[in-house]
Amino acid sequence: MAKGIKDKVAILGMGCSKFGERWDSGAEELMLEAFKECVSDSGIDKKQIQAAWFSTAIDEVHVGKSGIPLSTTLRLPNIPVTHVENMCASGTEAFRGACYAVASGAVDFALALGVEKLKDTGYGGLPGGRGAPLQQLWNANGTAPGNFAQLASAYMAAHDVKYDDLKRAIGHVSWKSHQNGAKNPKAHLQKAVEMDTILNAPMIAAPLGLFDCCGVSDGAAAAIVTTPEIAKSLGKHDLISVKALQLAVSNGSESGHNSWDGSYFHTTRIASKRAYEEAGIKNPREEVSMFEVHDCFSVTELVTMEDLHISETGKGWKDVLDGFYDADGKIPCQIDGGLKCFGHPIGASGLRMLYEMYLQLQGRAGSRQLKDPRIGMTHNLGGAPRENVSSVSIIGRLDA
Amino acid sequence: MVGITAFGAYVPRLRLNRQAVYDANKWFAPGLRGQAKGERAMANWDEDSVTMAVEAARDCLNGTDPKSLKNLFFASTTHPFKDRQNAGVIGTALTVEQGLMAADIGGSQKAGTSALIAGLNAAMSGAPTMVTAADKRLARVASAYELQYGDGAAALMLGTDKVIAKLLGSRSVSMDFVDHFRGDESDFDYGWEERWIRDEGYTKIVPPAIKEALGAFGLKAADISHFIMPSLMAAVPKQMAKLAGIPETAVRDLLNANLGDTGTAHALVMLVDALENAKAGDKILVIGFGQGVDIVAFEVTAELGKLGKRMGLSGWLARRKEEKNYLKFLAFNEMLPIEKGMRAEFDKKTALSILWRKRDMIYGLVGGKCRVCGTVQFPKSQVCVNPNCHAMDSQDDYPMAGLEASIMSFTADSLTYSPDPPAYYGMITFPEGGRFMADFTDCDKDQVKVGAKMRMTFRIRDNDTMRGGFKRYFWKAAPA
Repeated sequence: MAKGIKDKVAILGMGCSKFGERWDSGAEELMLEAFKECVSDSGIDKKQIQAAWFSTAIDEVHVGKSGIPLSTTLRLPNIPVTHVENMCASGTEAFRGACYAVASGAVDFALALGVEKLKDTGYGGLPGGRGAPLQQLWNANGTAPGNFAQLASAYMAAHDVKYDDLKRAIGHVSWKSHQNGAKNPKAHLQKAVEMDTILNAPMIAAPLGLFDCCGVSDGAAAAIVTTPEIAKSLGKHDLISVKALQLAVSNGSESGHNSWDGSYFHTTRIASKRAYEEAGIKNPREEVSMFEVHDCFSVTELVTMEDLHISETGKGWKDVLDGFYDADGKIPCQIDGGLKCFGHPIGASGLRMLYEMYLQLQGRAGSRQLKDPRIGMTHNLGGAPRENVSSVSIIGRLDA
Repeated sequence: MVGITAFGAYVPRLRLNRQAVYDANKWFAPGLRGQAKGERAMANWDEDSVTMAVEAARDCLNGTDPKSLKNLFFASTTHPFKDRQNAGVIGTALTVEQGLMAADIGGSQKAGTSALIAGLNAAMSGAPTMVTAADKRLARVASAYELQYGDGAAALMLGTDKVIAKLLGSRSVSMDFVDHFRGDESDFDYGWEERWIRDEGYTKIVPPAIKEALGAFGLKAADISHFIMPSLMAAVPKQMAKLAGIPETAVRDLLNANLGDTGTAHALVMLVDALENAKAGDKILVIGFGQGVDIVAFEVTAELGKLGKRMGLSGWLARRKEEKNYLKFLAFNEMLPIEKGMRAEFDKKTALSILWRKRDMIYGLVGGKCRVCGTVQFPKSQVCVNPNCHAMDSQDDYPMAGLEASIMSFTADSLTYSPDPPAYYGMITFPEGGRFMADFTDCDKDQVKVGAKMRMTFRIRDNDTMRGGFKRYFWKAAPA
């Protein structure tokens, strides 16, 4: 039986660009902005990096394919660079690749860098397109908000939740993230928003209004990983190690078999269970200090908190309204502002979440700093509720 | 004995209020005031002659297996494709291809009756034959045609078994009388003066032909109980009946009040209307006028009373939603350069090779049923979707277009490009098994809820205007 990744890899350094409508920057400038901070934080030289994983998702609208854009932009010393794409989990997938390379002993230092330059399309929202040629012939004429809005109707039906209660709960999800994002200089949206504004915003895809949707932003984030032993030998202390890296991918049962009721993420339930097992976490509601979850839409976060086995199924909306996930609640969620305030440069988001966990665990999160966090968990959900990739990562203090 | 064995019709749900059209255009065409009454059927943005004909054909089949169909004629002057058989699209949507002779008939307002005659000739051998007719004609803004035309379709099953209306005879005259025309370079009809059409056209061509035909069929004019003759001039059918000695009471209503003239489909639409109201022994005379005249006579049999209930013309007419927004009508017909936004620019190129491989799935809505576990699924796949099965190569075809589905989840999407925002779509599930995320159509906000029953309908999902208008057809869900 495999032992898993727990404590085999330490984060040596991380970097994150300012997120936002970066009219001043292309993907290349964003990559360098994140990389400069990351390499300086790591204390090693660029030449010591032996392999890199490079994540983007909608590469048609910015860098294009392959590992070349990263290698060329950073002028890497002809090392292996692997381009990964796994929808919204792409950033976390780059991190997993780098961690596995270090854990296997193949390399001492590996880089994961994710970037997405979305704001060169000429219109708001995620860049569109109708998918693969066969999908174009039969998939519904949907968008990301419309696909995730499906959750809301199915969740209300499954748990007999009233529309107004759900609307208030998902409104609170966004309200809380805006409160947090207002304190984060790297966030795209740094403004607290009133509950009334959230509830009365124009509909994007019913019942999701404007503030139920995350921003659309440009950004990049990066990590350099090594083994805890090497990190120590370089004089690093307060090490942050990787506890679990899990990914669960739909196999078509939700979208094609009538056993799924549409009210939850089948994959997230599986990935989080595996992650707790890998990390040796028995009672996540007590042991996890904070979350950065995939709040592409407010309702996604609400349902995800149940699927991560933190809130009881069908009761997550009550935890949300009780402030359980607020900055001063039992387990803060999206303490950096989340996708809600950072937007979702797809290839970068997973690494951006890890960046916040890393800062918090090292006590370097400034005015957002939580008291003594020991375990942080990140989650990405790519695709749609009916068919998706769900990644769950747990990092923490090496001594945790 | 050959004749009609079943009938079906289709009328789009939307009915354009003629007063609303007149109110918008009266500054320019005050003379249309007399026609600003009632409503005309208006195709939804995702409907064309093919989709309407498919619906009429399904109504006609009424759940019976179309596999035995041997001939399929499709009459229209608005075939969506000039070169690509439109009747073949209908056949594939009905999941019948093998052994089928399919043909498009067009080019005249009498194409519908010509198709009917061709179909009857083909059915004499006993081969099950279907004739469909549909039209969705465009008309210039502020024209009389705009108020007179309506969109709709009819379908008739012809054969020699269980005939509900037996053929008494048919007769045709073909002559190049041009009352109007639509040239290759125009979307619109160009018509000559109505008085000339009436006096030199109808009056000189139709009554003599009727008299001759009745003689040939061995019928007396007084015996005709249903006189069916479409015309844009309301008085003309009565005048022609009178000239031919047919009682005025036999003249069928032109369905102008709530449908409009459905073009080359209209004689067949009116025939369906007559059959819905006929009794055994009734004699029906159908006239198709346009570059000559077709005359077809039927006698209703006792079998009519045994025909299964279907929507029929009356059913579809009753499913109705008034539309008073004239600009929407223009936009749906691409007659208004509306700002669609960049999301409308996504390329809609169809991989024809994929469409060919997947035509059962895309046009027929054929899913699969696993022989090992019995799970029905869509699409049919090589590995069973049931998480407790996953058998390989275990599925048989399972047609799903006729099954009722229900809504599991939904949204109203204001972000995606739709010609009729917001776009409603959601996961629909079939009680037998199978589900997919489907576009909804013909629905209002209060009809879309979890658990609502939905009926599958064949529609346009995209129009690839970059390549001359390749319509992408697929199935959508509409409130049952």
